[in-house]
Amino acid sequence: MPAMLSAHPIDVLVAGGGNAGLCAAMVASEAGARVLVLECAPRDFRGGNSRHTRNLRYMHEAPDEILTGAYPEEEFWQDLSRVTKGKTNEPLARLAIRFSAGVGRWMTDRGVRLQPPLEGTLHLGRTNAFFLGGGKALVNAYYRTAEHLGVEVVYQAEVAGLEVKDGAFSSANVVHEGREYRVAAKAFVAASGGFEANIPWLKESWGEVADNFIIRGTPYNQGRVLKALLAAGMKQVGDPKQCHAVAVDGRAPKFDGGIVTRVDAVPFGIVVNQDAVRFYDEGEDFWPKRYAIWGRLIAEQPGQIGHVIIDAKPIGKFMPTVFPPIVRNSIRELAEALKLDPGVLDTTVERFNRSVRPGTFDPGALDSCTTEGLDPPKSHWAVAIDRPPFSAYSLRPGITFTYLGVEVDRDARIFLKSGEPTRNLYAAGEIMAGNILGQGYLAGFGMTIGTVFGRIAGRKAAEHAAR
Amino acid sequence: MPLADLLKEGERIMIICNACRYCEGHCAVFPAMEQRTEFPPRDLAYLANLCHDCGSCYHHCQYAPPHEFAVNVPETFKGIREQTYRQYAWPRALSGLFESNAIATAAVVISTIVLLGFLAVSVAAPGAMYQPHEGPGAFYEIVPHDAMIVLFGVVWMFALVAFAVGFARFWRDSGPGGKISARHLGRATLDILRLRYLDGGAGDGCTYPREAPSQARRVFHHFTYYGFLFCLASTTVAAIYDNFLARKAPYPILSAPVLLGIVGGVGLLVGPIGLSILKFRSDPVPNPRSRLVMDVTFLVLLFLTSATGFLLLVLRSTAAMGPLLALHLGFVLGLFATLPYGKFVHAVYRFAALLRYAVEKPAS
Repeated sequence: MPAMLSAHPIDVLVAGGGNAGLCAAMVASEAGARVLVLECAPRDFRGGNSRHTRNLRYMHEAPDEILTGAYPEEEFWQDLSRVTKGKTNEPLARLAIRFSAGVGRWMTDRGVRLQPPLEGTLHLGRTNAFFLGGGKALVNAYYRTAEHLGVEVVYQAEVAGLEVKDGAFSSANVVHEGREYRVAAKAFVAASGGFEANIPWLKESWGEVADNFIIRGTPYNQGRVLKALLAAGMKQVGDPKQCHAVAVDGRAPKFDGGIVTRVDAVPFGIVVNQDAVRFYDEGEDFWPKRYAIWGRLIAEQPGQIGHVIIDAKPIGKFMPTVFPPIVRNSIRELAEALKLDPGVLDTTVERFNRSVRPGTFDPGALDSCTTEGLDPPKSHWAVAIDRPPFSAYSLRPGITFTYLGVEVDRDARIFLKSGEPTRNLYAAGEIMAGNILGQGYLAGFGMTIGTVFGRIAGRKAAEHAAR
Repeated sequence: MPLADLLKEGERIMIICNACRYCEGHCAVFPAMEQRTEFPPRDLAYLANLCHDCGSCYHHCQYAPPHEFAVNVPETFKGIREQTYRQYAWPRALSGLFESNAIATAAVVISTIVLLGFLAVSVAAPGAMYQPHEGPGAFYEIVPHDAMIVLFGVVWMFALVAFAVGFARFWRDSGPGGKISARHLGRATLDILRLRYLDGGAGDGCTYPREAPSQARRVFHHFTYYGFLFCLASTTVAAIYDNFLARKAPYPILSAPVLLGIVGGVGLLVGPIGLSILKFRSDPVPNPRSRLVMDVTFLVLLFLTSATGFLLLVLRSTAAMGPLLALHLGFVLGLFATLPYGKFVHAVYRFAALLRYAVEKPAS
C-alpha cells in the first residue's frame, strides 16, 4: 500500500472513491493517465454516499432500454428550476442535463446494470434509471472496472492537507495507517463529498441541536478535503447553513442507516412535537414531494423530535418500516409510552378529529379529506384518528447531504476566491453539487451531477497531466 | 444456530430488506417478499427455498456485515433451508440423517456397497466373481437380474414417496392452496431448466464464488444437473431394453444406454469438481464453511458414482468386472437411498418454491 503512495509519479490524484471519483478515475485512466484514488473508508464501506443511492436521472429524447417516453432537456431544466427556486447556475445545470443524455450506455459499458424503477417508487419510470442491486452494486462495478483499467486504489487513506500555490496543486498530505505521505500529482480531483457527518462543523450552523441529527449516509464524509480547499483559497458556493434533511425513525443508527430508516406514515396521520401539539400541515402535498421538508421542520422543534400518530386504518398502506411502531389501545397510553402529556395529546387528537370534514379518501390523489377551523390545517387525507389500536413513530431529522461546496467552471475546474480558475484542481460530485443545487433536491440528480462532472473532471485532469 | 434463532434472524433481515428493496431485480425472493408484510416460519421456509444462494443480495447490500444491521441473506437462508429439509423429511424418523450428513451418507453408501458385494459373492458361481464375463447377460452372472430389479425398485420407489411427501408438506405450508395451471408448471420448469435465478438479474451471472458476476456456478450446476438427467435416462432406456425388448446388459459402446451414460457421466465428473472448487473459493461470509458439509458430501457421492461407472465401462471385459460392478451398483444404490436425506432434496423444494412463486405472482 504505502508503495503506491510514494513510489511512482502520478498524473491524476483523486480524493474520494464514490461515484464521482470513480467516474473521474476511469475516464482519466482511459485517456492514458496514471491514476491513484484515495478512499478514506475501509473497503467494506467504500463508495461514500453512493453506496446508499439507487437511481440516476438522465435526459433522453426517445425511449431507451430502460426508460419510457422522452425526458427532454427543457422539461428536465424546468423540474430543476422548480426545486431549486432559481438557486442554480444555469449554464452548469444545463451542461449536467445535456451531458447526461446517453449516460445509461456509458454506465452499462463499465459494468453497472440498470433496471426500470422498483415497485412502489414515485413514478420515475420515465426519468430515472435504477441500479440493479442498488448503489453498492454500482460502486462495486466501478471499482472492478477502474482496477481493470489500472487505477490504483488505497483505502483508509485520508487527505489531511493540500499543497496549492498560485492556483496550482503540487501534492497532498495523505494519512494512511498512522503514517503521513506526501503524494505529488500533476492534477487533483476533489470528489470527496460533503461534510454532513462532521457534527462539530454542523454545529457551527445549527448549534448544539446538531447532536440530535441522524446522518443517513456514510460517517466518512467529514469534509476534510472541502476544508482544505477552502483554506487554500478556493471559492465557495452554496449555503453553508443548509443541508438536505428528511424525517427518519428516531431509532435509526447515528450514521449509515440509509434508505430503510425513512417513515412514510406522515400523510396518514398527524405529527406532534414534544409538547404534544401539531406544528405543520401533514397533508400539504404528496409525500414524495414533501418528505424532504420534514427533516428541517423537526429540526426546528424542541428536542428535535416529532411523533407521527396514526390509528388502525392506514396500517399496510405505506412502505413497511424497519422499526415497528409503538402500539397502544388508547391515545393516552400512547402518550405515556412516548413520554408526552396524555391530556394534551388527547386534546390535540380530539380537536383534530372534530375538525375533519367528510370527504373521499384517496391516497393516490390530492383528495377532498380536509380539516376546517384547525391551525395548522391538514389539507388532504385528513381522516379521524379514532380506530384503535393507535400507532406512533418518533421522528428525527436525518441529514442526507450538505450544500456547501467549491465553485467550478464548465471544465469542472475549481475557482479561486479571486475569480480566477485554478490550474489543475478539479471537483466532482457532492463537493460541487451546490453550484447546481442551491437548494431543494430532485430524485436521482446527485448521481447525475457526480457522473457528468466526474467524467468531465477525469478528462480535463488527464488532458492537463498530458500537457 | 438453533432453528428458533435462525427464524428470528430471518424475520429480522426480511423486515430490513422489505423496507429497502434494492435487490428486487436480482431474483424471485425479493418480489415474493414484497407481497408480504410479516415473516412467520412458513413464509421464511418458502422464501429460503426460493433463494438460489447466488450471493448478489449480500455483495450489493449496503447493510451487509460489518454494517451494524449485519444483513446476510444467503447465510441465514441456507440455514433455514437445511431446517426445512429436516422438517419435511419422510419418514420423520430418518430426518436425523441430515445431521452429520457426511458420516450418515458414508455409512449408508458403505452398507450398500457391502450389500452388493455380499450379494455378488454369495450368488455368483464359485470363482466367477474374478473371471472375465462377456456378452449379453454378463452382469447378471455377478448380480442376478431379479435381485437388481427388486433392490433398485424398492429403493427408488421409497425415494419417490419421500420426495412426494416432502413436496406435499412443503406446498401445504408455503401458502394458500392456489390453483396450479399448466402455465405455472411450465414457468417453474423453465426457471429450473435455465437456472434463471443464477443469472444475477441482468444475465451476467451471479456473484459467486466472489463479488464479480460469473456464470461459473450456473455452468457447473448445469453439468451436474443435466449429467444426472442423462444418467437417469440411460438407466431408464436400459431398463426398457432389458425388460421389454429382451436386450440384455451390458450394451455396446454405440448403444443408447451407454452413450447417454457417458454424456451424463462426464457431466457428473465435471460438474461436481467445478462446484466443489467454487465452494472452496467462495466468500466465507455469505458461505460459511460449516454450511458446506452437506453440499460437498453430495458432490463427492455423485463424482464417485460416475467414476466407478466409467471404471466399469473401461474394464468390463477384464477380470475386474465383477468387483467393479458390485462397487458401482453399490454406489448407485447408496446414492438413491440417500437422495431424500441430503443435498439432492433442494431440487424438490426449489421446484416447489418456484411453482408457488409462479402461482402467487400476479400475471405481468
